[in-house]
Amino acid sequence: MGKQILLEHINKPGINTIDGYMKNGGYASVEKALKSMSPDQVVEEVKTSGLRGRGGAGFPTGMKWSFLDKKSNKPKYLVCNADESEPGTFKDRYLMERIPHLLIEGMITSSFALTANTSYIYVRGEMMYVIRILEKAIAEAYAKGFLGKNILGTGYDLDLYVHPGGGAYICGEETALLESLEGKRGNPRNKPPFPAVSGLYDSPTVVNNVETIAAVPWIINNGGASYAAIGIGKSSGTKLISACGNINKPGVYEIELGVPVEEFIYSDQYCGGIPENRELKAVVAGGSSVPILPKELILKTANGEPRLMTYESLSDGGFVSGTMLGSGGFIVFNDQACIVRNLWNFTRFYHHESCGQCSPCREGTGWMEKVLHRIEHGHGKMTDIDLLVDVAKKIEGKTICPLGEAAAWPVASAIRHFRKEFENHILHPESCSAKHLYFGTLAVH
Amino acid sequence: MSDLLKVTIDGKSIEVAPGTTILQAARQIGDKYPPAMCYYTPLKNTGGKCRVCLVKVSQTSEANPRPIPKLVASCLTKVENGMVVENESSAEVLEARKGVVEFLLINHPLDCPICDQAGECDLQNLSYEHGTETTRYEEGRREFNKIDIGPHIQLHMTRCILCYRCVYAADQLTNSRVHGVLNRGDVSEISTYIQNSIDNDFSGNIIDVCPVGALTDKTYRFKQRVWFSKPYNAHRNCTKCSGKTVLWMKDENIIRVTARKNKFGEVEEFICNECRFDHRSKTDWVIEGVRDMGDDSVISANKYELPVVSPAVLVDSKFVSE
Repeated sequence: MGKQILLEHINKPGINTIDGYMKNGGYASVEKALKSMSPDQVVEEVKTSGLRGRGGAGFPTGMKWSFLDKKSNKPKYLVCNADESEPGTFKDRYLMERIPHLLIEGMITSSFALTANTSYIYVRGEMMYVIRILEKAIAEAYAKGFLGKNILGTGYDLDLYVHPGGGAYICGEETALLESLEGKRGNPRNKPPFPAVSGLYDSPTVVNNVETIAAVPWIINNGGASYAAIGIGKSSGTKLISACGNINKPGVYEIELGVPVEEFIYSDQYCGGIPENRELKAVVAGGSSVPILPKELILKTANGEPRLMTYESLSDGGFVSGTMLGSGGFIVFNDQACIVRNLWNFTRFYHHESCGQCSPCREGTGWMEKVLHRIEHGHGKMTDIDLLVDVAKKIEGKTICPLGEAAAWPVASAIRHFRKEFENHILHPESCSAKHLYFGTLAVH
Repeated sequence: MSDLLKVTIDGKSIEVAPGTTILQAARQIGDKYPPAMCYYTPLKNTGGKCRVCLVKVSQTSEANPRPIPKLVASCLTKVENGMVVENESSAEVLEARKGVVEFLLINHPLDCPICDQAGECDLQNLSYEHGTETTRYEEGRREFNKIDIGPHIQLHMTRCILCYRCVYAADQLTNSRVHGVLNRGDVSEISTYIQNSIDNDFSGNIIDVCPVGALTDKTYRFKQRVWFSKPYNAHRNCTKCSGKTVLWMKDENIIRVTARKNKFGEVEEFICNECRFDHRSKTDWVIEGVRDMGDDSVISANKYELPVVSPAVLVDSKFVSE
């Protein structure tokens, strides 16, 4: 195992209570930041660390913070995006469930850096029990004086609220999240203006992922430079990867950025290989939205270099032969997995979750789902494959928010790398559908 | 005036005031401006949803000569000094627009022959200009039941393209909005709050802002094809609105009253329901004269100034089809 930052104390007894958390050095960053640093120094420290947004886009956090319009006389807000709904991603839930005070500590330190006096944690509606855990933890933090008026006697005030979402994937998009937080329909906003200028209640707002904010306490305690020393180049620090699919040890792993993908899949420290020693077929490396890559391209880049778990290495080769680190939802497929069926399932999800505001996404996601349903169920035609590619191309880059791209990329990449499988489905529908008659195969045996 | 911004669209330059959007600048040039299905100048916050007005910005500004990587919605993107925009001169834009028209039409019933909006329908015009003749869509089309939303207006959701204009109109023109968008994705629909009826003095304007035949006038439904009726500018003294309207006449009868729209299809002044629905006698109105609908409208076709063609001309010239 490499360096553990977020999960270091996760198995200590009582870590979910404030006493257990403080026994393990908790809330030190709040003391340090509020008592000995200015907000700008905290921002500088995060800039030095090279921390990048862990929600999927990988935008440098310190840079995002420095865009906040501090001169504005409106209140500033920090909003934590805990609406984790990307299929294959379950890292934030794990963190909030097991060590809620880490997020709250990060929220206090980050809010101080952004001079925000009110902050929100927007939690996905399906995770009600997480909301209860967070509310309990917040009450404990209020009781110890880490939240509320005049925190630790420094004169800094902060109120922290947990807001349950309605369970919509689209509300993980930052502007849709803000609309939802304001009590409106969760439709993404047109940008510009960006939230840093006009976000929540038309005020300067920063929206950060749970994992991003949870990394801030360590950066403040140990200095941005020591965080930057972990990892490779611009991919600094550690990242939570939620591994699932055909692997021996699914779960959440904290890796130092730079671990080779091959090591991550086959090493016993991490996924522990593929059950029954089956062949690896493909990997979706960063949540369902990122392009799927076949075995040859996920283990080695197109130039033959080993592919590493970093932002740069995974995106090496663009979308022709690369993918993205995304949110860290690592889905592994063995040689028995059906790419067409999996793609239909992903597309069904995006069809269901499209907000319906802009036309390409509203109509295109449904169209792709219907065509894939047809192919999967044995009624496909050869022209359907090119139709899918064309529809995906016409959605990508034409929409208000990135959901359009998220829906188009999996389709485009699956056809790019596994065209044969689609053709096989169309030419031999019987043999493909037979695979999925699970109870039927049991009866035959 | 040094604070004017210079923008070049399809090779034609114009100087516009700061804050002008690309679409408005293109309309000022007036040649080939991007279409707009959801953006509506008189209503605030509209735009950005239909994506038919996408254009390519090949130079962001004089100071920043880089292009914007993605196509941008021209109805919302503000002009910067030295901006260079490609509208119809860019194959990428035309391709994207064709794609959006296709998306808008895959779930549209294409029932123009029985739709009251035909002839003055933005979607019809758009698909003639940017669409294809055939469809690649084979699946079933989305259908909705007709919902009764009050005494004056018929909602035919199946035709709706979810431009949200009627929602903004109800928000901004009336004192209470009782309808909105329900559900999400491709099953989202315009509807009222628990079978409410839309009934207030300015509700009729949502018919005028609807770009398609989803909201139609119950007093006019199936009475007449729009190109067989004659529009006249007229006004009356009204305490609620400006009273400036267009009367649509068939013979000597007023069969419909609407607000006046400019050449971009946008209402000049919103009118009240009393003017729209209650005054159908010629004596109620001061008729100003025939309204010019513009050359490209089907409503103007061959109606007011029929060319006097003698039979001799017909025989020897282009009028005879081969």
